[in-house]
Amino acid sequence: MTNPTSQTQSPPASATPGWNEVVADWAADRRVFQVSWRKSMMWIFLLSDTFVFGCFLTGYMMVRIATTEPWPNVSEVFALTMFGQSIPLILIAIMTFVLITSSGTMAMAVNYAYRRDRVRCAALMLATAALGASFVGMQAFEWTKLIEDGVRPWGNPMGAAQFGASFFLITGFHGLHVSAGVIYLVIVARRVLAGRYERRGDYEIVEIAGLYWHFVDLVWVFIFAFFYLW
Amino acid sequence: MDRDPGQQHPIGLYLKVWGLLFVLSFFSYMVDYHEVQGHLRWILVVTFMLLKAGLIVAVFMHLRWERLALIAAITLPPLAVVVLAVLMAVEGDYTAAIRDAFFATPAP
Repeated sequence: MTNPTSQTQSPPASATPGWNEVVADWAADRRVFQVSWRKSMMWIFLLSDTFVFGCFLTGYMMVRIATTEPWPNVSEVFALTMFGQSIPLILIAIMTFVLITSSGTMAMAVNYAYRRDRVRCAALMLATAALGASFVGMQAFEWTKLIEDGVRPWGNPMGAAQFGASFFLITGFHGLHVSAGVIYLVIVARRVLAGRYERRGDYEIVEIAGLYWHFVDLVWVFIFAFFYLW
Repeated sequence: MDRDPGQQHPIGLYLKVWGLLFVLSFFSYMVDYHEVQGHLRWILVVTFMLLKAGLIVAVFMHLRWERLALIAAITLPPLAVVVLAVLMAVEGDYTAAIRDAFFATPAP
């Protein structure tokens, strides 16, 4: 590999905006994406992950449409009794707000990273990781509750058997992504604090970790809409 | 040693988007809470979902400040998933119709 300073080429001066620019970027005998390889690799990974979750959600849609048995009432299944009354879907709503909050703290962490404010950046990243960990905790609680209610991947007392299969697969895979993200963020935050990126003069790693984290939030937006609000 | 200055944007922008995401999530939850049904439910849920997804990708993931070559490479391939979803919805309806016709138990 070449030395790091040559990783981002300056775009050609002749490039015109819009689709002419796209054609110029792809047609010339040179690097297409005018970003560092780290960022383009993360984007390509996230694109492939989009297909994984896209196929899971499509499969879920297909079995839900095709089943002749009634689908369990999601609003009731995920209701919690709080303050003496049953509130529909409340745990999922709280989980959604926790994940959005973590996305906000992550965006701020990226901002402080580029301002070279190591302590604030690391603190915000650790806050993001803590919110992510609490999300996984709530998900574990939700799983426990459903398993106690007799929901299994092959059947449940409330209706269509496909409910359990889709639920455990989709939320399980998403929870795995959140858990991996928490570990990833803690590692990067430690390195920020230790001054590794300060010595290198380059905080892009924080932005790339942020891309992954925002993607996890993005997937939840679709799961929330299609699984919990359908 | 300094190279790419990276994506730097005013913190106020992030806070505004953050607030908007909260409001949109609250609206989605209200759709369920007030038991809006039928087409209206779908229109509202999908609109709020797409707005939230767009805000996260465009601002939090900084995609709107990237070059169009990268934006196109990331946003166009997922359209294949949309095509798959449409085909599977049609196929699912067909499967359900067949199951209704052959597997449904007659009413007692």
